[in-house]
Amino acid sequence: MGEKIATRHAYGEALAEVGAENHDIVVLDADVSTCTMSCMFGEKFPDRFFNVGIAEANMVGIAAGLATCGFSPFVNTFAMFMAGRTFDQIRNSIAYPGLNVKIVGTHAGLTVGEDGATHQCLEDMALMRSIPGMTVICPADGNETREAVRAIVRHNGPTYLRLGRMATETVTAIPGYKFEIGKSVEMRKGSDVTIIATGIMVAMALKAAAELEKEGISARVLNFHTIKPIDREAVIRAAKETGAIVTAEEHNILGGLGGAVSEVVTECLPVPVVKVGTRDTFGRSGNADDLLEIYGLTPETIAQSTRAAMKAKKV
Amino acid sequence: MDSKKAAELRKRAWEIRYTGLKMVKNARSGHIGGAFSLSEIMSVLYFDKMNVRTDDPQWEDRDRLVLSKGHATVALYPTLALRGFFPLEWLDTFRKADGQLSGHAEMRHVPGVDMSTGSLGQGLSAAVGMALAGKCRDKDHFTYAIVGDGEIQEGQIWEALMFAAARRLDNLIVILDNNKVQLDGTVREVLDTGDLKAKFQAFGFHTLEIDGHSVEEIAAAIDEARAYKGKPHAIIANTIKGKGVSFMEGRCQWHGKTPNDEQFALAFKELEEKCEV
Ligand SMILES: Cc1ncc(C[n+]2csc(CCOP(=O)(O)OP(=O)(O)O)c2C)c(N)n1
Repeated sequence: MGEKIATRHAYGEALAEVGAENHDIVVLDADVSTCTMSCMFGEKFPDRFFNVGIAEANMVGIAAGLATCGFSPFVNTFAMFMAGRTFDQIRNSIAYPGLNVKIVGTHAGLTVGEDGATHQCLEDMALMRSIPGMTVICPADGNETREAVRAIVRHNGPTYLRLGRMATETVTAIPGYKFEIGKSVEMRKGSDVTIIATGIMVAMALKAAAELEKEGISARVLNFHTIKPIDREAVIRAAKETGAIVTAEEHNILGGLGGAVSEVVTECLPVPVVKVGTRDTFGRSGNADDLLEIYGLTPETIAQSTRAAMKAKKV
Repeated sequence: MDSKKAAELRKRAWEIRYTGLKMVKNARSGHIGGAFSLSEIMSVLYFDKMNVRTDDPQWEDRDRLVLSKGHATVALYPTLALRGFFPLEWLDTFRKADGQLSGHAEMRHVPGVDMSTGSLGQGLSAAVGMALAGKCRDKDHFTYAIVGDGEIQEGQIWEALMFAAARRLDNLIVILDNNKVQLDGTVREVLDTGDLKAKFQAFGFHTLEIDGHSVEEIAAAIDEARAYKGKPHAIIANTIKGKGVSFMEGRCQWHGKTPNDEQFALAFKELEEKCEV
């Protein structure tokens, strides 16, 4: 395993880098720039950085206006306030007119930790995914985040980027790795069952697959960094070739990755899909690792769910 | 402004109302009240003050207008059509599934519309973004935002005002359509917004108050705003909701209701008389 870095830190670095190359990029934050790490851009390009104060709705609207004038704005705040508080603004002022605004929600999921349920957004992917034309990306680690930032700068259209607070181990620094929006990455080959994971759950899925191998189970691991557009082809192939799927996300099992995968499976090739994620519940305060344990977001839960999925498989 | 120009702008305003009413009649739906309060403002903006090109609606140096009270398409679309952004016949497709003129202001399919709006409280922020873009790029275009006096009950409006003042966006001109009526009743009944002039001033705006049906006063206020540097501008335009049709004036019942045939006939008659003068 390589370096350990929070995706938001890798994001801050990457943003400051792309800012040097692309002068249309402007960055807005709502008084949390030292947490979202958009401050790294702000330090380098103060003329293209706007702290709007604690006013998320206004931030989204200003970004829309800037985008109509040819800028490529990045708006930043915690996932909770980004996707939650400004859903209407994102839908009506950005997505409906099809404006090129990058919406970055950091501190997503349980691993916010001690700040507790009000700050642990477990619904953002479901919300953002339901908006027509929105691209939704949730990188697995720092390396993938850097690639994702470059990719979304090239992509013209509304995009939601989901990032985490906690330092995460690097799993994508592998030979032949390539980031393409909407295209999943096969992290491990396998023929008995497929684990489809996103964000920090990719590392856990790999650990689960290594455990399962000891029991003679060959689990494929797919990294779905893009939740929308979902990589339908990879889902169908997994269903066809392995006959059972497990999804793993740091998000409510309703409406996120598990939901997206299930939609494809039920439409195209029904096979069992067992979902790992929070089970329609709010989070709570606590140490991030403890919370992952309490809510069952662990390699062990993924392994158990994988065994269950295989049992449910039609023979 | 010379009296000939003033007469022409006044005539345009009545033409905008008349054309708007035809649109509503044809669609059998649409918001008349808050459109009719805006007609003189629209007339002065698009037929005198705004620097736009009908043959190049996306021209980057143009002045921009965000109709933050996006339901007032019954004022905006006729104005744009009469100004020449698109054929008048398009107005017949207003609010119809096979047309491209949606019920609320929409920028993707309607030439001349600078921002899609409809969810109240959001448009002003987009206008602030446009003004900010102008400053970033050293452009001298102006951005106008029309907000409703009910709409300003939305908190986002005040977020936007605060930001515009802090950034000294003197290329932003906010026009408040102060028609005193919202959807459920008068503003005073629903949620009294108090002393608006004092509020805008306290938020750091260069603030003017005018008769929003006087084309001379509208034009003079815009000139004054454009000449004043260092602060964003608020023009409180005192207007009458439903202006021009006696039985609609000042009544929230005519916010979004469609008249029946008899009422349409009466309304057209009143407007025709005014178009003449
Ligand atoms: C966020 C939001 N809430 C509610 C509405 C429904 N609505 C449409 S117009 C209106 C009243 C607006 O009043 P005002 O701003 O005074 O506009 P005017 O009277 O000039 O038409 C309401 C409540 C809406 N479009 N958006």
